[in-house]
Amino acid sequence: TSIGIRVKDGVVLAVEKLATAGLLADGRHIVKRAREEAQGWRDIYKMPIDGPSIANRIGDYVAAYTLYSSVRPFGCSTLIATMDNTGPKLYMVEPSGLFWGYHGAAVGKGRQVAKTEIEKLNLEEMTCREAVKHAARIIYNVHDDAKDKDFELELSWVCEESNGLHQIVPKDLAAEAEQYAKASILLT
Amino acid sequence: MSGLKPGEVNLGTSIMAVQFNGGVIIGADSRTTTGSYIANRVTDKLTEVHDTIYCCRSGSAADTQAVADIVHYYLQMYSVQNGRPTVKVAATLFQELCYQNKDNLSAGIIVAGWDKETGGTVWNIPLGGSLHRQPFAIGGSGSTYIYGYCDATYRDGMTQEQCIEFVKNSLALAMSRDGSSGGVIRMAIITEEGVKRIFIPGNELPVHWEG
Repeated sequence: TSIGIRVKDGVVLAVEKLATAGLLADGRHIVKRAREEAQGWRDIYKMPIDGPSIANRIGDYVAAYTLYSSVRPFGCSTLIATMDNTGPKLYMVEPSGLFWGYHGAAVGKGRQVAKTEIEKLNLEEMTCREAVKHAARIIYNVHDDAKDKDFELELSWVCEESNGLHQIVPKDLAAEAEQYAKASILLT
Repeated sequence: MSGLKPGEVNLGTSIMAVQFNGGVIIGADSRTTTGSYIANRVTDKLTEVHDTIYCCRSGSAADTQAVADIVHYYLQMYSVQNGRPTVKVAATLFQELCYQNKDNLSAGIIVAGWDKETGGTVWNIPLGGSLHRQPFAIGGSGSTYIYGYCDATYRDGMTQEQCIEFVKNSLALAMSRDGSSGGVIRMAIITEEGVKRIFIPGNELPVHWEG
């Protein structure tokens, strides 16, 4: 399961890192394309690509693979988090090529439960630091101990504190978030 | 310097753009020459590439028209796909074309306009295809005669009216000294409201010392 939440001053992404095959390769391919699109944009316009444009480009790219019988659609949904002078943005591109902007989004096995949890949060007023804790808690909550092996939680964010750059959440904050998450599942 | 082929038409030219709080003033002379013959004495060298983004053209008339048309097309596509372009976007598009095709072009372009993010901005793109943001920019063959005058007269924080006088007087001097510049002065005021054109006929040009 992977989730993204867009809050007042940034976007937080949280991923349940499992050892999976096949679909992970699809994901890597999309990321490669996204990098090429972003660089291409920079080469022409001498500025970073903005959220709606990169989401549109990836949407078009993924949709193309649904048109021909010689290829198969991508087997993953992609969450795109951006930050620019118009604010933080979160997009999700589905295998059909459909994409929307979201305040909160979840993909993968535990997405139903994750979405319910996200809807309970007041995202408009939340800050990124708080969001990181909630994101960690939600991932821990939806992880199915019976069915899946142990997992590693990966948190990343793009916000004012990260200077508008996408980075892995700093170690101390991530550790704090994981502790909070582990404590909360013990309660439920 | 000149990549002009025999018989090709040259925008001898004096062009200028000045930034003020709330927009830009752009101005140009109106002379196009083939050798010593004035092919067009009422040329419009101020070309629209978007609602509030214009360019001043100097060098080869054909080259600058072609480049401006391409940028106009790209900005049309950009505005329907991504919303209003900034002046910087327009300037970088000009730069890409001018730099990548530098061997085959003879184009000195000043891009100026208004956008919501930064207000009025002026970008100078000389022959090699480099990009320079400047508070004011001068270009064309006539500009060489007014570097001193402009440096001495320009001040930061001029009002719209002061900028208009500055452009008018500078271009008049350039047109008076440069054989490849002359005719009338065409100016445009570009602000959030849009574009307002000003026309100054030859007999109403400011007169500097003429001996």
